[in-house]
Amino acid sequence: MSNSVSKTSNNKPIYADKELQEELFTLNLGPTHPATHGVFQNVLQVDGERIVSGVSTIGYIHRAFEKIAERRAYYQITTLTDRLNYCSAPINNMGWHMTVEKLLDIELPKRVQYMRVIVMELSRIADHIICNGILGVDTGTFAGFIPMMIKREFIYEIFEEICGARLTTNIGRIGGFERDFNGVAFAKIRQFVKEFPAVLKEFEALLERNRIFIERTAGVAAVDAETALNYSWSGPILRATGIDYDVRANEPYSSYEEFDFEIPVGTNGDVYDRFLVRNHEMWQSLRIIEQALAKIEKEPKGIFHADVPDFYLPPKEQVYNNMEALIYHFKIVMGEIDAPKKELYHCVEGANGELGFYLISDGGRSPYRLHFRRPSFINYQMYAPMSSGMLLSDAIINMSSLNIIAGELDA
Amino acid sequence: MSDIKLAEAPPGIQGSGFFATSLDKVIGLARANSLWPLPFATSCCGIEFMATMAATYDAGRFGMERNSFSPRQADMLMVMGTIAKKMAPVLRQVYSQMAEPRWVIAVGACASSGGIFDTYSVLQGIDEIIPVDVYVPGCPPRPEAILDGVMQLQEIVKNESLNRRQTPEYKALLEKYGFHTNG
Amino acid sequence: MAKLSNERVVECLNKRFEGRFSQLEEAYGLLTIETNKEDILDVLELLKTDEELQFIYLTDITAVHYPELPKEFAVVYHLHSLVNNIRIRIKVFLEGTYPAIPTATVLWKGANWMERETYDFYGIQFVGHPDLRRILNMDDMEAFPMRKEHPLEDPNRVDKKDYFFGR
Repeated sequence: MSNSVSKTSNNKPIYADKELQEELFTLNLGPTHPATHGVFQNVLQVDGERIVSGVSTIGYIHRAFEKIAERRAYYQITTLTDRLNYCSAPINNMGWHMTVEKLLDIELPKRVQYMRVIVMELSRIADHIICNGILGVDTGTFAGFIPMMIKREFIYEIFEEICGARLTTNIGRIGGFERDFNGVAFAKIRQFVKEFPAVLKEFEALLERNRIFIERTAGVAAVDAETALNYSWSGPILRATGIDYDVRANEPYSSYEEFDFEIPVGTNGDVYDRFLVRNHEMWQSLRIIEQALAKIEKEPKGIFHADVPDFYLPPKEQVYNNMEALIYHFKIVMGEIDAPKKELYHCVEGANGELGFYLISDGGRSPYRLHFRRPSFINYQMYAPMSSGMLLSDAIINMSSLNIIAGELDA
Repeated sequence: MSDIKLAEAPPGIQGSGFFATSLDKVIGLARANSLWPLPFATSCCGIEFMATMAATYDAGRFGMERNSFSPRQADMLMVMGTIAKKMAPVLRQVYSQMAEPRWVIAVGACASSGGIFDTYSVLQGIDEIIPVDVYVPGCPPRPEAILDGVMQLQEIVKNESLNRRQTPEYKALLEKYGFHTNG
Repeated sequence: MAKLSNERVVECLNKRFEGRFSQLEEAYGLLTIETNKEDILDVLELLKTDEELQFIYLTDITAVHYPELPKEFAVVYHLHSLVNNIRIRIKVFLEGTYPAIPTATVLWKGANWMERETYDFYGIQFVGHPDLRRILNMDDMEAFPMRKEHPLEDPNRVDKKDYFFGR
């Protein structure tokens, strides 16, 4: 995709004067450094502007998700998944619902699957807007960030229309959605699909051929495919190195196999390629949403959940007025219905990579063990090793382009 | 005419060519409308703060345009997100580095009380380690709620007497949290 | 979807490890095998380097605590063969309070933090790990919090009196 313009990422210092280099000093970058967008601490040994070595410390917002998950009923864990990668909470919600549905062997109606696809792709766009917008800010321009953020607010409005919340959405239920998308939601999704391309195009025009931006990003933090795989990278940053691994294509869930979309890959695995991959993914997400809207048209209206009264909470008004609904409500909330004793691994393509749920059920109301395979956690471990030899300013840009979300990192 | 809204003048005695009021009120007015926030954003609420600062909600209208990432030049510490026990000493240090007068807003359920994370690793509310002026509920709070929290704080700032920070009560409050003041 | 069947994977493993691993289940099409800590590195290496299998991608390492079993801890590896689009789960059951197992960092650099996390949560020693320290919890913590006997809530809390909750 890009040519290596600068040679800043090789490990050799560019100046020859040996005597000046002898004194290293320690720079404590974080945990509350403004340039790191989150709680990341890196203790760096710096030679002038150049990083010699670094040690990452994480866990500053460790909240014991996996321990909490062992004490909560399945439907309560949705709330936890919201707070993993909070930039794209719906993907986590859906991933968790699908994991439990796989355990309980629930097949969803097609319309619900397409609705999920729309929600997941919208949140993927929202996440990429943050990452690429901030990358623009970090390289020196607010101009791209502001119009993109306005569109992101619009995605939040759509989520509010669907579920009532903006950020930590808690969207959907095990077995479908809590309610149907209303007319306003569909109208807003259509409006977004219509209006977003112009903004995205402008954003690309601002940065993609911008000389300052290219010089700051191209060739910076280049990673080859082999190293990326060795470090178990996934998501856009892996695809930027040229590996076309995308869970949506490899192990399609929620009917992704019916959609026509491309998986953008890069060549150099540098910051610029990651930026391009994310931009292209936003275009592909738009394509998927358009197709999903067309597919929903052909499905019978009004279906928004599977017919599984054992696991899907009945509507509240029925709980108050209908004996059967009350019994089901009670049984679900109190965890009276046995889940099968099985273990499974289910993964979805989160905005940052493969988001996996390793669930062991002992038949009770809560998991015996639930482990989250968190892409941010696994992607971030290469940060300190890859920073050595890099300029400090490049390391900052590198961190933005990895899009590490603290909540997902520390769980 | 422009529709810029000016801050209301404090009550005082007005005549031709002069306006007399108490110094407390004037300084309170100035302080309240130029609160520089120190965003201590750890998790989800930080993303909502980002939305608060961006175009749609535009927190700059309240005189908090400038984010001060250095504690020395900040007036208002906004703690947004879960504070784990590992993070607690860092937060204390940031607070202790701020110059007086300083105010603290606990944004969101986690900062206020630990929120849904009643676990071994999470601090159950930042008021266990630093004094807090305003609590904003929500998980996360909407940008409007964050702005409302700021406006509540503005009211506190406007009505704070000038020598509050020298009073024995205030010093006792800081002592309670383990911050020692000289003199 | 998968280009390689689970039977074929078992066949390949049998060539070298006949009788030294057991096939546990194939729930949801995911082959799960159990081996022991002496063989785990060789098994992983074979899976990674075999030209046909190519399980080059380490998806995850984690552990599970079964206090009622004689071998209390299970270390669980998830591998993924991107070329063949097939996954495998490998379990190793360990006994003792502070069990030990060889590190997988010699095969994947990405195993580093996964093993640190597992150590942090369960206290499992990964022998040969370059930097086995706590990662998420505080360094001075003594307990291993994901063990079943460890309480979820902070036992030192003073503000959570029973009488507030009517108990």
